Amino acid sequence: MNQAQLTKTMWWLTLLLFVWLIGGCSDSGWNNPYPRSDLARNILYSSFSERPKHLDPVRSYSANEYEFIAQIYEPLFQYHFLKRPYELVPLSAERVPVARFYDTKGNPLPEQADSGEIAISEYEISIKQGMLYQPHPALARDNSGNYRYHQLGQQQIDSSNTLADFPLTGTREVTAEDFIYQIKRLAFPKLSSPIAGIMADYIIGFKQFGEQLDALYERMQQQGTNNKYIDLRPYAIEGVQLLDRYRFRIRLKGKYPQFVYWLAMPFFAPMPWEAEAFYAQPGLEKRNISLNWYPLGSGPFMLEENNPNLRMVLSANPNFHGETYPAEGEPGDREQGLLEDAGKRLPLIERAFFSLETESIPYWSKFLQGYYDTSGIASDSFDQAVQFSAQGELSLTDSMVEKGIRLNTAVTSSVFYLGFNMLDPVVGGAAESARLLRLAISIAMDYEEYISIFNNGRGVAAQGPIPPGIFGSRSGVEGVNRYVYELQGEKIQRKGIEQARELLKQAGYPEGRDLKTGKALILYYDTTSSGPDGKARLNWMRKQFAKLGIQLVIRASDYNRFQEKMRDGTGQIFMWGWNADYPDPENFLFLLYGPNGKVEHGGENAANYSNAEFDKLFVQMKNMDNSAQRQLIIDRMVEIVRREAPWAWGFFPQAFSLSHAWYGNVKPNLMANNTLKYKSLDAGLREQKRAQWNPPVVWPLLLLVAVLIVSAVPAVRLYRRRERSAAR
Amino acid sequence: MMAYIIRRVFYAIPILIGVNILTFLLFFVVNSPDDMARMNLGMKRVTPEAIEHWKQERGYHLPLLYNASAPGADKLTETIFFQKSVKLFRFDFGSSDSGRDIGYDISQRMWPSLAIAIPVLLVGLLVNISYALLIAFFRATYIDFWSVVLCVVMMSISGLFYIIGGQYLVSKLLHLVPISGYDTGFNSIKFLILPAIIGVIGGIGSGTRWYRTLFLEEINKDYVRTARAKGLSETRVLFRHVLKNALIPILTGVVVVLPLLFMGSLITESFFGIPGLGSYTIDAINSQDFAIVRSMVFLGSVLYILGLLLTDISYTLVDPRVRLS
Repeated sequence: MNQAQLTKTMWWLTLLLFVWLIGGCSDSGWNNPYPRSDLARNILYSSFSERPKHLDPVRSYSANEYEFIAQIYEPLFQYHFLKRPYELVPLSAERVPVARFYDTKGNPLPEQADSGEIAISEYEISIKQGMLYQPHPALARDNSGNYRYHQLGQQQIDSSNTLADFPLTGTREVTAEDFIYQIKRLAFPKLSSPIAGIMADYIIGFKQFGEQLDALYERMQQQGTNNKYIDLRPYAIEGVQLLDRYRFRIRLKGKYPQFVYWLAMPFFAPMPWEAEAFYAQPGLEKRNISLNWYPLGSGPFMLEENNPNLRMVLSANPNFHGETYPAEGEPGDREQGLLEDAGKRLPLIERAFFSLETESIPYWSKFLQGYYDTSGIASDSFDQAVQFSAQGELSLTDSMVEKGIRLNTAVTSSVFYLGFNMLDPVVGGAAESARLLRLAISIAMDYEEYISIFNNGRGVAAQGPIPPGIFGSRSGVEGVNRYVYELQGEKIQRKGIEQARELLKQAGYPEGRDLKTGKALILYYDTTSSGPDGKARLNWMRKQFAKLGIQLVIRASDYNRFQEKMRDGTGQIFMWGWNADYPDPENFLFLLYGPNGKVEHGGENAANYSNAEFDKLFVQMKNMDNSAQRQLIIDRMVEIVRREAPWAWGFFPQAFSLSHAWYGNVKPNLMANNTLKYKSLDAGLREQKRAQWNPPVVWPLLLLVAVLIVSAVPAVRLYRRRERSAAR
Repeated sequence: MMAYIIRRVFYAIPILIGVNILTFLLFFVVNSPDDMARMNLGMKRVTPEAIEHWKQERGYHLPLLYNASAPGADKLTETIFFQKSVKLFRFDFGSSDSGRDIGYDISQRMWPSLAIAIPVLLVGLLVNISYALLIAFFRATYIDFWSVVLCVVMMSISGLFYIIGGQYLVSKLLHLVPISGYDTGFNSIKFLILPAIIGVIGGIGSGTRWYRTLFLEEINKDYVRTARAKGLSETRVLFRHVLKNALIPILTGVVVVLPLLFMGSLITESFFGIPGLGSYTIDAINSQDFAIVRSMVFLGSVLYILGLLLTDISYTLVDPRVRLS
């Protein structure tokens, strides 16, 4: 082949490649990131920004992990999807149990017995019959009933890299013993469950069981046993008892009404012993085949693909027991179309496709192009999505409305607060001067402004530690923190800076100067904030303190050092947050409970606040059912902390999310993590909109080629002229 | 030459030990094993017992560099540094702090990195050399002047701008390719087009200027004048003589980066959601996974040393005057 033929062939190959590429993209949208075979299928498209670390329900505790495992594992209870306030309903249990109480001698006590008398609480739980696990190799059996993959040879292990390398699968019925097995796993120290500590305080025999297993595991390690699997079935926890195939009993020390909320978390989902027996085979973990990576659940979805570097794909579990969409909601739900799917078998979608999206720009663009069904709103795209009217009302921008996008908002069950280290000699302690100083700062910290500037208005300034929607929180005038706010007619207004200055003067720091020494008052703020955003926030912080004449020194450090300071109690003022585990005031008020102090007890009370009356009331309140009496106690507790101000109350963030018109059954539920099964899609409408929004625009490319050709003409002329000219 | 190569391999050992010590010290100045445990166990309700267990299981309960309580040689071997570093020299990367096999992850994630890096390198070379030859051909004309200006402008623009601008223009406005993402096999092509184009365009400014300098240096040499005196056309002079001689520095410059292509691009992979080794390293740094960070730094060092060795060898191949001794 001569050079001319070669050039001609190359041109043809290039043309063919171009045609193939164009053809490959033609009918699915050139910029469609998903396979053509998935067009118009009932698949939900979403994203995740951070790789989940643990998918084992014994370890998972963060939101990005629950996004997946809450769809796969089915604990005993769940939160009703539509009803508010949040209501626990059965999931894999038959019903939500009522606790039975016993005194120290084992005599039954009435339901209304005083919590001081109650030595033991007992929960008898019945699970639904006929629930099956998802198809999984750990449950595959041969004709003689033996497990196919429980005795793997080295060769088979060496040739396996994913769970799909074990093609045969099996299932079996979920039994009460599987729930007990999981509770035993929670107690096993080797598995490092984050709730082992709190469960050891309540479940009878939990701690001893953990110690027993720890010793056993230690012995196995010393003996150098290759297989580290411990079959937990023969070992028993004193307070957890199997009654029959579908019933078991849990006995707790004292009264702990919040325990049922824990039972609604994946920590308490059933786990078949076969899963551990399968995954514990030596060599599999090294091949990345572990329970932490490949879950085995009985929920509506199963993990079809686990590639957290790229995507996670959930598909409907063919063995799911057939839960149906709720038929009841709260007023207004029917009008919003949230009951249209009532009675339909769940899940309503066949697959959910989560793509890894670490950067906000491509994430937002894909949502606008219709390639994600739902989206949060990043700060840099907020103005593009949401606008405030002159009256301060929130609405979508015209471009969003035009696309049929809907906005959903809800105040989260989280709190961000400015904490004062109560062990600090200047801002902490019970001295009146320190209390007045804290109150003055609380007034000066204009959180309404903070929310407006840094959160695009997404938040509510806090009046106390309990977010709206949680029992114990009071709304309107009743819920106002009178130490920081005042009523002007019907309007609630932050107190003026003059009042803060007056408090500061009474504290012994007139105009920010120490009366005793005459020196300017300097306070220290510990933070992890950095970057341009952080700088703006810190400048704002300085400005708030400067209003009182106080000089604020910023001590920025990385998160590790910041945490270390909090643990050592060397911080002075700091910003911290808490995300609720369950919708109970105890889960917020315990952040100020003395025996939970971070420095002394390693607890979550980062301010190290301690008040005898508050602590006493906390113990009384935490074991009570929601009632008027409990509300009164909470009111008193809130009053104490408002007066003492260990926190400047900060704000409750508001979650904003956007969803396309084809995405149905959207109702924010901030306690439930397993809501994917309720979501519905109109895949036809989505396909139509995607085609409408993403027509390929080719003319600029053609124009570019034309410009290049035109600009090459003078160069070609010059080249020819040179070639023809005589040598210089 | 074999003796030279063996000697260079031996030289590499102290360098790699030094790199290892430096990485180790830098990492543990910022993070303690307790911090790593906390990061891994989550932020809520982490008990001291759970932290101890986590460290014990992964060998982070040992002293960092010197174990005063251990007998004899164990003072040095019963340390985190020794336990974690020695295996690296056998290319046994072990498990990440979250329990994943690092060797397997690297073997999986190097392909997406290569899928971008190889086209960018090859197409970039082709474009840059062609453009530089064109400029050299039209030297001292308006084409030369404006091309140099364009190259300087392109060099001055941040790589991030090319990425964001490219995504905005090509994917968001023109809807020609997906804005980010990745897939396996042939399906990956549509995801690779944009990052590859951006990679090539981003490198035009510096690449072309460098090659232009090389060509102009060659053009002024005596043999070029002789070739012209023989009556060869300017095209023939450029392609047959100038290009051939300028290829020596070009080739050696390319060989040195060849092994590093495996390591991927940190920013490009992150912005385009490509699961390569660049994003692997970034994720490990963010999650304080020392096992991965250490492995990637070690691998990067080995590849860099390999690149330098290959460069030396390539000199002998392209220039017979060079001898390794």
